[in-house]
Amino acid sequence: MATPFVYILFLLLLPFGIPNLLLYLIAFVTGLTLDAFYDTLGVHTAACVTLVFVRILFISVTVSRDGFDEPEPTLGNMGIKWFLLYAFLCTFAHHIVLFFLETFRLTEFSYTLLKCLLSGIFTLFLVTLIEFIFYNRKVR
Amino acid sequence: MRNLWIFISRYNAFFFFIIFFTVGVVLTVRNNSYQRSVTINSTNKVVGDVYNNLNVLKKYINLGSVNDSLAVENAKLKTEILALKNIDTAKDVVVKDTAGVPQYTYLSARVIKNSITNRNNFITINRGKADGMETNMPVISPGRGVVGFVQDVSEHLATVRSLLHKDTHISVSLKRNNAVGSLVWGDRNSDYRKAYIKDIPNHFKVNLKDTVVTSGFSFFPSGIPVGTVSNTGISTGDNFMTIEINLFNDFSTLQYVYVIKNKLAKEQTELEAKLPNEQ
Repeated sequence: MATPFVYILFLLLLPFGIPNLLLYLIAFVTGLTLDAFYDTLGVHTAACVTLVFVRILFISVTVSRDGFDEPEPTLGNMGIKWFLLYAFLCTFAHHIVLFFLETFRLTEFSYTLLKCLLSGIFTLFLVTLIEFIFYNRKVR
Repeated sequence: MRNLWIFISRYNAFFFFIIFFTVGVVLTVRNNSYQRSVTINSTNKVVGDVYNNLNVLKKYINLGSVNDSLAVENAKLKTEILALKNIDTAKDVVVKDTAGVPQYTYLSARVIKNSITNRNNFITINRGKADGMETNMPVISPGRGVVGFVQDVSEHLATVRSLLHKDTHISVSLKRNNAVGSLVWGDRNSDYRKAYIKDIPNHFKVNLKDTVVTSGFSFFPSGIPVGTVSNTGISTGDNFMTIEINLFNDFSTLQYVYVIKNKLAKEQTELEAKLPNEQ
């Protein structure tokens, strides 16, 4: 029932300074590629685009624009608390859009939500795990 | 204009999101049959509701012409019914003539002018010579009841001498015992809902609320309901009763009428004109 989507890590780790348009384009292409393989054209596209939007909002709110000392928002650079919140928000935005576009109706709302929640937790766990593997603590 | 560009570039994240998200959703709906079917179904429902409400308004505007066409259709159907009912009982020899051709045809017409308060009342209807109208044709109301006789005919209009006129008399009979009398108006009253039957012999039993129908002796087809008896106790001092009846037809709200063409009317008039005058 719960399916993780770990590819979103790629979108999460894109550098800070990247211009918005490029970010959107990359997300769009990523989504399209996944759709091509899953044969659900459009669902992942919309979900990835939503993820990027949430990422932009979150970064603009939490990180001050001028201090781009860390080029990428990885676990080592930003600290666990920030990264967990960031990954949590983005993952759940992505998963909600994904699963609701797949069902495309509101009758089985609770079931879809449950699926989305479980998948989100699974994805979050895997993403954090991978981040810990490639962890080099930045010297502050 | 520059402010607009500045605004757009400040919030470009949001706008890009809208664009790309829409593209994503459109792709989803277009290329996945399930999503497409759900979308089409729900938009159909919404669009259907909008069209339904629009239709209510359009139907109201078309009410006039629909009414007219319904009246015409009704006349046609009534003619057909009469044709089916008109079985000649004295026919046991097959003769190749106009058997089965209806004797009566109904022509629907709309009332243009009406009056009920004068001493002698006339009605104007929108059929004339062009539609085959002639004077002295009987006129009835689509619901129940009689209206009068055609008085004058022009090319496209005609006047009808309504029942509420002192010269109009229609031969009617009581349904119960077929006693024949003459329906008149105006002598004693000016109420447009009541009329009088004269010349019914005294020995007939008449009760209140008896139905009165046309007898077929004037040019009206027999059996058309005219009214119900409302008062029988009017004494005139001779051998005949005068009965007051409530008319079925409401002259004040008359909108449509049927003019009856009797195929044999002319023939009957000419034949009876040859009878020696019995005065």
